[in-house]
Amino acid sequence: METTIANSNFKSEEYFINMGPQHPATHGVLRLLLTIDGEIIKKVEPDLGYIHRSIEKMCERDSYQQIVHLTDRMDYLSSHINNEAVCLTVENALQLEIPDRVKVIRTIIGELTRIASHTLWWGVMGMDVGALTTYFYGFRDREMINDIFEETCGARLTMNYNIPGGLMFDIHPNFVKRTKDFIKHFKTKLPEYDTLLTGNVIFQKRMKGVGILSKEDAISFGASGPVGRGSGYSCDVRKHHPYSAYDKVSFNEVLRTEGDTFARYSVRIQEMWESMAIIEQLIDNIPEGDHQVATNAVIKLPKGEYYERVETARGELGVYIISTGTKNPYRLKFRSPGFSNLSLLNHIAVGGKIGDLVASMATLDLVIPDIDR
Amino acid sequence: MIGMTNEELQKIINSWFPSSISTTKVTEVSVENEISETKEPESTNGLEFTEEGSQFLNITVQPELLYQLMSQLKNNKETHFDYLFCLSGVDWEITLGVVYHLESTDHRHIVVVKVHTEDRENPTFDSVYDIWSTAEFHEREVFDFFGIKFNNHPNLKRLFLTDEWDGYPLRKDYVDEINMVIK
Repeated sequence: METTIANSNFKSEEYFINMGPQHPATHGVLRLLLTIDGEIIKKVEPDLGYIHRSIEKMCERDSYQQIVHLTDRMDYLSSHINNEAVCLTVENALQLEIPDRVKVIRTIIGELTRIASHTLWWGVMGMDVGALTTYFYGFRDREMINDIFEETCGARLTMNYNIPGGLMFDIHPNFVKRTKDFIKHFKTKLPEYDTLLTGNVIFQKRMKGVGILSKEDAISFGASGPVGRGSGYSCDVRKHHPYSAYDKVSFNEVLRTEGDTFARYSVRIQEMWESMAIIEQLIDNIPEGDHQVATNAVIKLPKGEYYERVETARGELGVYIISTGTKNPYRLKFRSPGFSNLSLLNHIAVGGKIGDLVASMATLDLVIPDIDR
Repeated sequence: MIGMTNEELQKIINSWFPSSISTTKVTEVSVENEISETKEPESTNGLEFTEEGSQFLNITVQPELLYQLMSQLKNNKETHFDYLFCLSGVDWEITLGVVYHLESTDHRHIVVVKVHTEDRENPTFDSVYDIWSTAEFHEREVFDFFGIKFNNHPNLKRLFLTDEWDGYPLRKDYVDEINMVIK
């Protein structure tokens, strides 16, 4: 009987399905047009623009202080680092000497942001592949970081703590103690992440050998952040083009060579340990001094072109400013990590199953407003 | 910074393009400024180098040489620019153009390539998607917002905006009286 079914007139046909724009695994309004044959993916075509706000056009009419605020709304989980990118570009263009205190505080908060982003990613990624508990673990630990931010910056998510020339205000007196408390707490909790999920056999079978990206392709597609490093591509901006206090701390660039979803997963877990190591080196040695240097109320950049890059939780964020010497940029381009990382989704998903696509997408760690700038 | 200095880069890139006078260059110069045509016609190999007003070496290339230059930059072992880290469209009021930021992941040197055209009705350059895969998406973004077309692009259509959208929003002469707040 089996042979008759196999030899019968069933023909597999390719057809389209929509994934999103409202879908739990897309983490925002991203629509994927999937061409599938049975459950095998033939093509993934992203349809973007559901929340495009044209931030680059808005920047052309805004002052440099105002632009900083818009960058929060791109990759909202790396808001502090996004702010820093614009501030660094403006400061370098004006050749401002930034106090060491500012550099150290920016680095500490940047690394706290990275941990907060990675814990949230870990929570929702576990949920994507069917492990609901991770969501609560992740949010529990992230909450402590958000409380620290709230006390110092006044905001939990869109922080606006950086301004061109330094920080908006000095750190809260509790900041050092609370950060240390968090590190102490998180050092006991991060191993639980491994016990709960990393070592789980079902999880590993779901992740290993899925969504493989070679090093050559990673470079060609402009992958950055943990996506690139999971393929053995050394792309950490903090190492190659150090900014703020990253040249003063020692940390390892986490590299894995497998290039599959599990490698990208492991890179992020290991990066949280590295982030804690960076914070520990700096937290007791915050230099005394001013928290900002005076800038003109109206900032005008000299005529020319400026490019700065930072390492957000998702990868390399580039800010390209063309100035004609006025108070607004003539053209401002954000090279966002999510946009380039999304472009390789088709490449790693073709030939796999829809379930594998969910796992692959989870380890690309897409934040949609970062793609739809 | 290891890798080649800007002077070394300029020297090697110039050596790929012998200064045969490309006819289009001369006619373009003669339209703009008739004196410069008679003065220095021998130096036109289609490339212009400058470091002024930028932290990188900038190369302005004639559109017809773009693809040839780009594939050399990527494939030549000494330059080996394998990482296209930024691709931006720019509207310079009179001309429209594209700026490519390139880095080599083993030599760690950086170069910026610029190309532009005065044709605002039908601006077209060669696509570099087969040299760097990331260009496929970035070129679609530039097409969407600047209306710049790319020859040989496999899937050149609107990326963020709808197909029936009128105009190209990041152009300087774009007008939208309802949604744009002009100060």
